[in-house]
Amino acid sequence: METAMAFLGGLYFAVSIYLMLSQYIIRILLGAALFSNGVNLTLFTMGRITRETPPLIPPDAYVGTPDIANGLPQALVLTAIVIAFSLFAFLLVLVMRSYQELGTDDTEEMRRAEPRDEPVPPLGY
Amino acid sequence: MRTVIFGSIAPYLTALMVLYSIFVLLRGHNEPGGGFIGGLIAASALAVYGVACGVSPVRRALRFHPMAIAGFGLFIAAMAGMFSLFAGVPYMTGLWIYPTVLGVELKLSTTLIFDIGVYLVVVGTIASIALALEERDRG
Amino acid sequence: MAETARPQIVLSDALVMQTPPLADWLVVAPLVLGFAFAALCLMTRKNTAGQPALALTGLALMLASKIGLFVHVLTSGTVVMAMGRWLPPFGITFTADMLGATLALATGIVGLAVGIYAVREADNTERRYGFYPFLLMMLAGVACAFLTGDIFNLYVWFEVLLLGSFGLLVLGSRPEQLDGATKYAFLNLVATTLFLVAVAYVYGLFGTLNMADIARKAAEMDQVGPRLTIAALFFFAFAMKVAAFPLNFWLPASYHTPRIAVSAVFAGLLTKVGVYALLRIFMTIFPGDRVDLAVAIGVVAAATMMLGALGALAQTDMRRILGYLVISGIGIMLAGLALGSATGLSGTAFYTVHSMIVMTALYLLVGVVGAKTGTFDLARAGGLYTQMPWLAAIALVLCLSVAGLPPLSGLWPKIYLVKASIDVGVWWLAAAILVSGLVTTIALMRLFTLAFWRPSQFEPGEQGVIGQAGTMGRSAYPILIALTALTVIAGVYPEPFIKVSDRIAFELMQPTGYIDAVFGDGTATTPALTVQ
Repeated sequence: METAMAFLGGLYFAVSIYLMLSQYIIRILLGAALFSNGVNLTLFTMGRITRETPPLIPPDAYVGTPDIANGLPQALVLTAIVIAFSLFAFLLVLVMRSYQELGTDDTEEMRRAEPRDEPVPPLGY
Repeated sequence: MRTVIFGSIAPYLTALMVLYSIFVLLRGHNEPGGGFIGGLIAASALAVYGVACGVSPVRRALRFHPMAIAGFGLFIAAMAGMFSLFAGVPYMTGLWIYPTVLGVELKLSTTLIFDIGVYLVVVGTIASIALALEERDRG
Repeated sequence: MAETARPQIVLSDALVMQTPPLADWLVVAPLVLGFAFAALCLMTRKNTAGQPALALTGLALMLASKIGLFVHVLTSGTVVMAMGRWLPPFGITFTADMLGATLALATGIVGLAVGIYAVREADNTERRYGFYPFLLMMLAGVACAFLTGDIFNLYVWFEVLLLGSFGLLVLGSRPEQLDGATKYAFLNLVATTLFLVAVAYVYGLFGTLNMADIARKAAEMDQVGPRLTIAALFFFAFAMKVAAFPLNFWLPASYHTPRIAVSAVFAGLLTKVGVYALLRIFMTIFPGDRVDLAVAIGVVAAATMMLGALGALAQTDMRRILGYLVISGIGIMLAGLALGSATGLSGTAFYTVHSMIVMTALYLLVGVVGAKTGTFDLARAGGLYTQMPWLAAIALVLCLSVAGLPPLSGLWPKIYLVKASIDVGVWWLAAAILVSGLVTTIALMRLFTLAFWRPSQFEPGEQGVIGQAGTMGRSAYPILIALTALTVIAGVYPEPFIKVSDRIAFELMQPTGYIDAVFGDGTATTPALTVQ
């Protein structure tokens, strides 16, 4: 099972890196979203995938049963999902605003911060 | 979306959802639930109310700006851990008291205060985003 | 209810039993104060007049707590606090060793300086849109990143400071800001996500996230392959965060776009968090793999410092010159990591703190220059020496300090680093440090000559177009003087500073000290509260 999940994670990374190599910002955005999903999958797989007993301790016991699922990767993935979601929301708004302001989603054309034909600095007084 | 049926049901639905969100928040320590989920339910309740009755009634009903609510949640979440200072245990240690009110034993803890903080942060942030989006939709 | 089934629970296996000393609470003070004051500022967002006072109180308290922490660590060694009473490696620990405490202290100084400067600079609209909450949140994130002892928690603090920095970067939403922020945001997001990938592999391989525990288990592991892969992945992710050579292009594209106060705090702090993470990972956690990657790190370091210095030489915008100088400084810090000797690490530690203070000061200085002359363009600025001789004096000191010339604080770490590289016989790294220093000197002397020394380029009455920041000048003086005084003191009386950085280097060379501090007496194995 871990092997299959590892391949799936690898597929996510491959697709997202392909998308992020694009020069159009919207594809990069989608690539970044897929990238964080790939990471979540990796994190989850790294905690080893076990039988489907939820990591809850029964009310009449102090410790869980031996075949309990690993709860930590779930906590890590939940944290990572929340963070990735908020960053994705921010990036989405940022991309929309910069598309409206700069009039392009082509990274080659986004040169407001670094104009293309900058003069050389003065070489003397 | 402003149909008569939806418009007249929405206030009751919202009240019910907010109540349910508080229930989810309070049962969260030992069972599925908690501040994050509860906050999401409450925020969607506000969003439903906003869709049905417009954004300004929601803002009026909230009294405070959603971001201020989120700020208050952040504040009490950060401060919840400070009770440990007086109990002589490290930061963020859960401290419990069991007072009996009207014959019922209440389990109160600093963890609950932290969870209420999380609840308010989630309500505030998600509600301010949702309300801003709904306002834009109506032009 | 099966009462008989309940096993005997030994609390001391999993919980901290003794009361932590009151002074240990200073470790979490930056977190509590940062978030509490960010929350208060968020609640009083509409009260734009009262916000600076509230935020400055918070920043001053944070600085005070960091001074306290620094003194505490200096006198009684590494301080550990286990969150929620859970013993490491179960709970998250905050671990302040000398490196973390020193950098946190520098963060406090930079934060307060920038906060004071921003009182005049951030206008009411920006205050209403949350300038101070973002600033406080980012500073809390930076300080906690220096203090946490858990690698996943380090990732979380990276994201906290990243979110704060996003907010600061886009405040005002001018087109060039949006352009710069887009590049900054994507590259940094990818870098932190790569960091998370590495964290996932660490968890998969070692089954723990506590840094001290990983270090212990990594030392016992005799398979080099997986460990080296993880170390290389960490290096890649953090090289992106610190803007090291082939991954540096986001920095000069974005750091000059926001307000000067924001640029200053970014230049002072953000890349240094990456340097800290590299030091922590390669010295404390995977010291064996640093040796294998040393040549690669050295080449990257040399290329970064040269590219930064040469890039600075090619710019006309003063803010962008400084952006490239930040990159050049990163190269110098990485040199010590590549060398890995006590002398080299001492130099890196000293240079990191020096760079935090001086780059912030230099950005603020350029802010004053921009406000006075109305332009950041070197081709148009000029004549400041006659108008403001004291500012010119400060500028000269700061420029010489960044270039690493005596008698200022940039000199000593460079001497250490050059000496360390010659000791090991890596002559090319020593040459790169010296040549990049020369090129930096040329770039900064040109800035000084053009902006201050030559006559004004404007006709009388004509003004540039910076506009709203016109009242800057005088209120920035106290901050600039204080920061400049720090670099002068560290330059002419370096002994206490060198003592501290030598101790940092010593602690980094001996990771067992860090591990023992986290696990108590150093004999403890992973406690046995496992489910059988």
